[in-house]
Amino acid sequence: MSDIAERVKKIIVDKLGVDESEVTSEASFTNDLGADSLDTVELIMEFEKEFDISIPDEQAENIQTVGHAIEYLESQVSA
Amino acid sequence: MSKRVVVTGIGALTPIGNDVSSFMEGLKQGVSGAARITRFDATGFRTDFACEVKNFNAEDFLDRKEVRRIDPFAQYAMVVADQAIHDCGINLDTVDKSRVGVIWGSGIGGFTTFEEEIEAAGRAVGVPKYNPFLIPKLIVNIAAGHISIKYGFSGVNFAPVSACASANHAVILAADNIRLGRVDMVVCGGSEAAVTRAGIGGFSSMKALSTRNDDPQTASRPFDKNRDGFVLGEGAGALILESYESAKARGAKIYAELLGTGMNADAYHITAPEPTGKGVIQCMQFAMKEAGLNTGQIQYINVHGTSTPLGDVAETNAIQSVFGDDAYGLNISSTKSMTGHLLGAAGAIEAIASILALNHGFIPPTINHFEDDPEIDAKLNFTFNEAQQRDVKAVMSNGFGFGGHNTSLIFGRV
Repeated sequence: MSDIAERVKKIIVDKLGVDESEVTSEASFTNDLGADSLDTVELIMEFEKEFDISIPDEQAENIQTVGHAIEYLESQVSA
Repeated sequence: MSKRVVVTGIGALTPIGNDVSSFMEGLKQGVSGAARITRFDATGFRTDFACEVKNFNAEDFLDRKEVRRIDPFAQYAMVVADQAIHDCGINLDTVDKSRVGVIWGSGIGGFTTFEEEIEAAGRAVGVPKYNPFLIPKLIVNIAAGHISIKYGFSGVNFAPVSACASANHAVILAADNIRLGRVDMVVCGGSEAAVTRAGIGGFSSMKALSTRNDDPQTASRPFDKNRDGFVLGEGAGALILESYESAKARGAKIYAELLGTGMNADAYHITAPEPTGKGVIQCMQFAMKEAGLNTGQIQYINVHGTSTPLGDVAETNAIQSVFGDDAYGLNISSTKSMTGHLLGAAGAIEAIASILALNHGFIPPTINHFEDDPEIDAKLNFTFNEAQQRDVKAVMSNGFGFGGHNTSLIFGRV
């Protein structure tokens, strides 16, 4: 697992209060991990802080699963 | 009053005890909850001590995610509400939850959250991004919201805000809603968690706080000649108010009846007490009239008594105006000498102290009395330094808030 994936999962575990084992690539923040709309906004903000980037709203709306987040952040951070 | 309103459950989280029985033990022993501040580094602040809640771990009561999403003031509220709900013995599976309300006060609300988030925003470069939980953690009414969500209580639900009178207003409005028949039962009370840099700093700038940094435990000394301000406290108190019929029908234990209530305004100054005390006098008289009691029928007054130079004298004079010679037969005490001033939660824990006095035949003391104040009538019994035994049939509890808000409650035995 990439360093980015590790950091993303750590944030999700911390902010959503879920077990690490639940944070699979396919897991949806809202459907599987119990996030509400406020949690998802906060998650995006935490990703921005952790990776020192800015995620536009239209991109943020597409980040709905753990896999989406890792994929998007890997494309932005390594770029 | 159309319906009788009784107290069937209580819960407390205070600087001298984290539940009702340890709170009562602290009151009987005359324990001070004051110590150097641990919540933040108070070095250099004019006041560096407070009455903090001790050994509290939110994760013992709430899951990790809840803890993160809920400010300490509302965490405290949820903890004491849970104590009181269990204490009152209702069956959560069968009670009609549409007939249960929540009315929950706080003076300030989510001060920790406010301070952290606004300071972070101030450090941001460019337009700051605010945490989506800033608003729902900060707003005063969220405590009532959280309690209703946790238990499904869907009756009347809101937050009265009147600084240090907030919890008393919550109790009064809970009783009114029961009397009007809107609900059978209300979870009411107040909570406060304002031991923060801005909390201490703000009250310090007003010169409202004691600066006795070399001896925090004797700093809260209501009615003593050398009192120099209040000691900031934190915590929460919850009461279950219920119609007498509902309590009787389910065979509930009844701690006390809320016999009378008073509320009005000084209409004078944002923080200073009105010099003639007419607002406070009238407020106590409202409560006496509603209770249908004369001045000889009250044994104990749990005063607002914050340990400020002006406030303590003003309240004493007002009591003497209302009670006349019967004032000399009263026990008077300020439990803030032990707990510090819990602001929007003060009325709740003091109502509980009053109810414990009714139920257990003791008067909690006003600790830290060293020297009489020549401006205060020494013939009054302020229950200085040690608890006194007394058969108490009716008790008054006063609470006044910045803004000139006055409240009085009278509880009696059933």
